[in-house]
Amino acid sequence: MEEKFILSVSPHLKTKEDVPRVMLDVIIALIPASLAAVYFFRWYALRTILVCLIFAPLAEWVSEKIMKRKNTIDDLSAVVTGLLLALTLPPTLPPWIAAIGVIVAIVLGKAFFGGLGWNPFNPALVGRAVLVACWPVEMTTWIKPVTSRVLQAVTTATPLNIVKEKLVEEILPTHLELFLGNRAGSLGETSVLALLIGGIYLLYRRQITWHIPLSYLGVVALSSFLLKIDVLFQLFTGGLILGAFFMATDYVTSPLTRKGQIIFGLLCGLMTMLIRLKGGFPEGVCYSILIVNMLTPTIDKLTVPKKFGARSRMFTNK
Amino acid sequence: MKRKFHGGIHPAEEKNTKDIPIRQAREPKKVVLPLQQHTGVPCQPLVKVGDEVKVGQKIGDVNALISAPVHSSVSGKVVAIEPYLHPTGSIVSSVIIESDEKNTLSEEIKPRANLENISLEEIKKIIREAGIVGLGGAAFPTHVKLSPPKEKKIDTLILNGAECEPYLTADYRLMVERTEEIISGMKLLMKALSVERGIIGIEDNKPEAIKTVGKAISEGNSLKVVSLRTKYPQGSEKHLIKSILNREVPSGGLPLDVGVVVNNVGTAYAVYEAVVKGLPLIKRVVTVSGNGVKEPQNLEVKIGTLFQDLISQCGGFDGKIEKIIMGGPLMGIAQYTTEVPVVKGTTGILVLRDSGVIQSRPCIRCGRCIDVCPVYLMPTMYALLVEHKKWEDAEKYNILDCIECGCCAYICPSRIPLVHYIKYGKTELLMKRTQKR
Repeated sequence: MEEKFILSVSPHLKTKEDVPRVMLDVIIALIPASLAAVYFFRWYALRTILVCLIFAPLAEWVSEKIMKRKNTIDDLSAVVTGLLLALTLPPTLPPWIAAIGVIVAIVLGKAFFGGLGWNPFNPALVGRAVLVACWPVEMTTWIKPVTSRVLQAVTTATPLNIVKEKLVEEILPTHLELFLGNRAGSLGETSVLALLIGGIYLLYRRQITWHIPLSYLGVVALSSFLLKIDVLFQLFTGGLILGAFFMATDYVTSPLTRKGQIIFGLLCGLMTMLIRLKGGFPEGVCYSILIVNMLTPTIDKLTVPKKFGARSRMFTNK
Repeated sequence: MKRKFHGGIHPAEEKNTKDIPIRQAREPKKVVLPLQQHTGVPCQPLVKVGDEVKVGQKIGDVNALISAPVHSSVSGKVVAIEPYLHPTGSIVSSVIIESDEKNTLSEEIKPRANLENISLEEIKKIIREAGIVGLGGAAFPTHVKLSPPKEKKIDTLILNGAECEPYLTADYRLMVERTEEIISGMKLLMKALSVERGIIGIEDNKPEAIKTVGKAISEGNSLKVVSLRTKYPQGSEKHLIKSILNREVPSGGLPLDVGVVVNNVGTAYAVYEAVVKGLPLIKRVVTVSGNGVKEPQNLEVKIGTLFQDLISQCGGFDGKIEKIIMGGPLMGIAQYTTEVPVVKGTTGILVLRDSGVIQSRPCIRCGRCIDVCPVYLMPTMYALLVEHKKWEDAEKYNILDCIECGCCAYICPSRIPLVHYIKYGKTELLMKRTQKR
């Protein structure tokens, strides 16, 4: 028998779940929110989502070509970044600005750090932060959804804007409208219902765990309650649900251990409330996650688990 | 509620051979008996080329505490004593015997009628002389485990019937078919340790074994069967103790530090054979399975039989074979040839069409390796630190506590060969340690 067989270190068995499957699940989980975006903002939503979905993998492919790296668009992470960024953009944003945002997200946010796994900041949020700095007007121009009670395509303010700037002439949406998504805002952040469906799918598929979303939302709810402001309003407005389930839970930029993730979520929540109530912006989800991303390495160092046999009281014979 | 340990995985069980009774393997024409089949000091040969040997005759031994003698499993002629490939991957001096196919038993083998007044020293001596080692795979000499230092008080013997690796069913079949013998062996082990409490731990995916063993011990109440959650690595010594007694073996320590000795059910059977029938360890049950073998079986095999003999008895290869493994798919050792012998620690032979070797991607920091690690380690850190040769940092992250169960590499969605990195890191660190001395 002269046959030779393959040698490798154990284990010889591996789960079927791989990186593209994880990313595919995130994409699947974002479908309800994307559909809601198209439903509420029609053509505006469709064009922004399409531009981002095309330019994200393209930017990754081109940058990897230039940097002479292995092509990794098959891991689907660029598609996730593109879709996530699209959902954080205001409906009327010119498509070319969206395209720049996505290129910044992929190239500056990810590729320059060494590609998937090495970026310290959530790439989609890097893209958004850069756009807010460069096109502040375009990035804060909002319209009412086409399904709104008021005439369509009229510029307006987001619910958080209304509260922050005490705009008396604007009507605040009801809690139900907020939950369903019938309000002004970024494309994918408006429908709490659609986002929750996606979030629950990710939890069910165990792609994320409860630790970050629950601690994040918990802090926002608790602090609103203690400060005697409308808890549901704080939870349902802005990009909080999108951020808590899809942005803060990004594996690469959040802590490794479950304990660390709870700390991470709590800090995100505190930061969000701080910006919303005391900061210059009406909304703080994007910046709070980016800021807490900076703490991830430190949190990782502080939450190294105690090894087996180190925690034990030594066994004593009676 | 079933007590449990942290982490672990539950891959497809693949126990295709669980309902196939143990069959005697064909008599081998030739056996290769490595002079080291145990953890510890290698044996010196007691025979010369050309010598006639009988079944059960001692052919290798050494005067060292941590060692176990080797016996001939056939009668015939010693044709060579030479270095030969061992299934653990090293080259080991081995005695090669051609069988005369007469199976003449050595005169030294005498059954023992009376078990009542056997002393604990006698039991230990018989176990040592029979060359018995842990048959769950680790192959640590059993008589050493039975002689703990005086200051360590042992109160419990645990028999490991977890068999948590996929595919393997050798222990299961033993528990179902040779229940009385195992229990008798267990009682002898308890006597040798002078302990009152004996517990058999069996995973709850083997209800038949739990029932059969439970029935057989119902008369004596110092013995107990504990049903364990089916979760890999339930059969890891430290995790078995954690699940059954909720005692945590200290890092770097041994089960005897928490008053426990753990033995495999197969070992208990071998003890019975040695003490009652006088037979040294010359055969064991091996599961031959995997999607690359036509008729998977549980075979009772003479030690030293070549893998290829057993595979051909199981109908031969089925399809294009990429991998041959000694042991289970999670901790087993890959073989590049089938011309290696079954040794005392061979629990199974797996023939797989798929090598499981997949191109890896960068770590996405999902943290699953940390979730599943039963030792509470951060495996992904080892890939990073070992790749950059940060040995001391890897040590700070407790790399030496890793039990190499493979849960992390199994679950990793980036397919990073974490155990590979860990073994590399450990080897470097241990080499540095010996250099310092």
